[in-house]
Parts: sequence; C-alpha cells; structure tokens
Amino acid sequence: MATTGTTRQNGLAKALPLLTPAYAWLTLAIFLPLSAMVYFSLLTSMSPSEQSSSLTLANYAAFFSDPLYATLLMRSLQLGLLVTLICVLVGFPAAYVLAKIFKGRVREAIFLLVILPFWSNSLVRVFSWSMVLREGGILDTALNAVLPFEVTFDLMYSYPAVVIGLVHSYLPYMVLTCYLSLQAIDDALIEAARSLGASRFTTLRRVVAPLALPGVLAGSALIFIPVVGSFMEPRILGGRGGTLYGTVIEDQFTAVYNWPLGAALSFILLAVVLVILLVAAPVLRKAA
Amino acid sequence: MIRAPAFLSGLGRAYIGLVLLFLYLPLVIMAAMSFNASPFYQLPFEGTTEWYAALTQNDGLIAATLNSLKIAVMTTILATILGTAASLALFRYEFRGKRVLQALLFPPIAIPWLISGTAMLIFFFGTGIGRGLHAILLGHVALALPYVIIVVSARLQTFSKDLEDAAASLGASSWQTTRKVTLPCIAPGIVAGGLFAFAVSFDQFVVSYFLATPGQTTLPVEIYAAIRKGFTPEINAVSTIIIVFSMSLMLVVSRFFRFGGDQ
Repeated sequence: MATTGTTRQNGLAKALPLLTPAYAWLTLAIFLPLSAMVYFSLLTSMSPSEQSSSLTLANYAAFFSDPLYATLLMRSLQLGLLVTLICVLVGFPAAYVLAKIFKGRVREAIFLLVILPFWSNSLVRVFSWSMVLREGGILDTALNAVLPFEVTFDLMYSYPAVVIGLVHSYLPYMVLTCYLSLQAIDDALIEAARSLGASRFTTLRRVVAPLALPGVLAGSALIFIPVVGSFMEPRILGGRGGTLYGTVIEDQFTAVYNWPLGAALSFILLAVVLVILLVAAPVLRKAA
Repeated sequence: MIRAPAFLSGLGRAYIGLVLLFLYLPLVIMAAMSFNASPFYQLPFEGTTEWYAALTQNDGLIAATLNSLKIAVMTTILATILGTAASLALFRYEFRGKRVLQALLFPPIAIPWLISGTAMLIFFFGTGIGRGLHAILLGHVALALPYVIIVVSARLQTFSKDLEDAAASLGASSWQTTRKVTLPCIAPGIVAGGLFAFAVSFDQFVVSYFLATPGQTTLPVEIYAAIRKGFTPEINAVSTIIIVFSMSLMLVVSRFFRFGGDQ
C-alpha cells in the first residue's frame, strides 16, 4: 500500500479525536504514576514538598546493603517459577485432552467449567483453601474418615499452602492459552506424523509441542508476573512463613509508611520482571 | 483418522475430572460452610441460614458490595466506549507512531498490579486526586482499557474495510458508516470486551486495596480486611453469593457467545 506523508498526517488528524480519551486516561492512571514512582524512590522522606526532602540513592542502596531484600526477591522469583511450572504440568495435558479428545457440545461445556472459577473472586478462592487445608479442616477430616489410621496434618500457614492457593488461582489462565493454541493445530498434521510412523511421544514432542509453545509461553507470562508480585495469597495462606518480596512492599505502603523505600523496592521488582520478559521475548517471537 | 485408543481417551476424561475436582473443591466447601452453624467450620455439619441473615444486617459489607457493582458498571461503560473508539482509530487510520501506541497497551497488563497500585497511590496522593472511590474508578478503567482494545481489535481483524468503503461510496457519512455498518458487525467483540472490563473491575483487589479509604471501599478489600481480622462465616455467605452471581452471569453470556466450541 502506497502511503504518502500527507495521508499519514491526515490519518493522525482523523485518529486523534478517537485515540486521545483512551490514551489520556492511560497516561493519567498508569504512565504518570509510574514516572512519579521513579521520582519518589529517589526521595529521602515522604513528602516531596518538605524542605528536608532531597534526592538520594539510599533507598536503592538499602536493597543492596540488607541481604534480606535480595533473599526475599529470590524467594518470590522461585515461587513464580514453581507455580508456573506446576500450572504447565497440570494445565497443558488438560488443555490437550480438551482440544483433542472432547468434541462439540461436551467440549464447550467442559471448557466453560474450567474457566468459570476464574470469574469468581480471587480472594474468595484463596480464603476457601484455608478451610480445606487447616488442621481439623475438610481434607484432614475426609482423609481420617477413609484411612484406617489417624493422620493429622496442618498445611495451613505453610509454603505448600501458598503454592496450592496460587496454582488454583492461576491454572485457568494456562488451560485457556494452551487450549487456544492446541485448538488451532490441524488434526491432519498429527495424523500425518502418526501415519509416517512417529510414535505418540515423538508426535507430541516434534509436532504438537513446538506448535503449542506460544500458548504455553503466553500462559507462563500471565502467571509468572502476578505471582512474583503476589502478597494477598501469602498473607492469607502463608502466615508467618509467607513473607515474600510482595508482602514487604505492601508493608512499606500500609504499615511502615516508608513510601520512598517501597517505591524503590517496587521499581527493582519491575526492572527484574522486565528483564525476564525481554529475555523471553525473542523465544516467544521465534515460537509465534 | 487415527483415533486415540479407548483407554487413553478414558484416561483423559478421568484426568479432566480430577482437574475439575481441584478447581471446584474449595468453592463447594465454601458454599457448604456458609450453611453450617459452627462459626469455626467445625464438623459435624449443622444446617443454618443465620450467616445469610447476619449478612443483611452487615451495613459495611452491603455498602462495599454496592460500591463494587457501581464501579464495575461504570468501568464497563467507560472502558468499552474509550476502548472501542481507540480500536476503530487504530484499525482505520495509518499514522506515524501507531506501533508505539499499540505497544503502550501492554505495560498496564504486564506490570504486576502491586506496582500499578502503589504507583497510583503515590501519584494520586501527590497530585491531590486523593484516594477513594473516584481514584479506584480511575485505576480500574485504566486496567480494563487494554483488554477492551485488544479484544475489539481482534474482532476488527475479521471485519473487512471494503464494507466501510462501500457504505461511504453510497453516500453514508463517516458517523453513519460507523453506526450502521461497523459497530453492528463488531458487536460481539464489544460485548466480550465489556465483559472483560466488568470482570477485571469486579474482581480487582490489589489496586483497590491501595486506593480505598475506610469509608470508601470495595467488596474484595472488605473481604481481605475481614479475613485478616479473623474468620467470619458471613464472608462465606457473601462469597457464595458472589460465586453464584458471577458464574450465572458467565453462563448467561455463554448462551450468546460460543466459548471453546468449534469455530
């Protein structure tokens, strides 16, 4: 298409009235706040108007001088990886069965059943696990009713409880994105591979997996990013052991009221997430 | 066609069953416990509706629920209108910087909500916009907008520009073309985008949490506060109502739009 400079300018003139409201809103509520946060992270004290406040790198230095922050950041990244990995291992086979074994209305119904919990409140879902996992809770009671010997366990306020709650919250994302890319794979490709003598496993590894990779990666990004910044799930299910990078940031804003430190910690998290996304981007583009 | 052997297909069905059990177990238990007399979720089960009765007396929770609904509806309306307008502009016109604008839709989605929320808190506090329901609405619309634009743009990809050109050549004005040709064709995309906006807003906890004030709060924020203060069975009752409400809404919508079916 031959687009000259004048029609391009003309296009912008016509597009602006339609675009301005949306992008002005995004600027006011996302981009300006993020810029403000960078500035705030460099302040010595809460209020920018205070005389005593000046610019400093101390808040960033705090991250590097106290090993606790780096340790917690590593813990949060590990948690993000673990939850994402479990979601891939559980969600991909589910999406595969859904896309390739079920057909027609049954498939539609089951697909809906899988994504329905996703539309219920995430806090509610996390809170409901606390009733299942605690000592004398539902799982405990149910197991003792079936097993011939007495077991007592209390998973509540533990790392596994946090992992279970997060996997439950984010699993539908993975099933959804994997399903979308698996559904797009022509069955004829799988049949061709099989009729050329490839085993089921080889077909899966050499044909299905590469074609489904964009879905897996998209789902992984959708899960990893919020999990690394999670603080609500660790608070409710993790108790004392649930201290993570996200809960420390929450504390700076709601309990300690050290907003500049909170801003610096947030910004470090943002930088780490962006670096991970940038590293993953070429892989994603190659796969897509 | 090479069909999977029966045992593999059976295994697949059993596996989906297990996944569904995992997804629904806590929700079913929550619903059951909302009818259990013991406030500490002790078994044996004793049926009661007292927590639902207590809920009707809990003014704080009711006010927060109404706030959540109000904000979700307003977010849906605002984000759908702004998002559809922006999608149309990005679809119709060529101009310098278009790719940059499209790329700018991803930060609001790709940044952890914890960071968006704290950034909004700092900025709204510093500029005098302040906290409260208006700030929450401001934040929710921004979070929902990219989803609306992406969903509506996807629908526009299947729409042919020729139809707009045909309408224009028959003498329709630009606004008439939009109203009578383009919008009806992409209506399913607009409705889907609006639904996304409603879901994003109604379920949004993190950003609301940082922007809420004691008098002006939303349901998820109230639930979080109640959970941290101690277990309250009224939360089970209100949660059960939300689950039934949001799932029914989705079921009704899915009657009109086929999800996951063969295209």
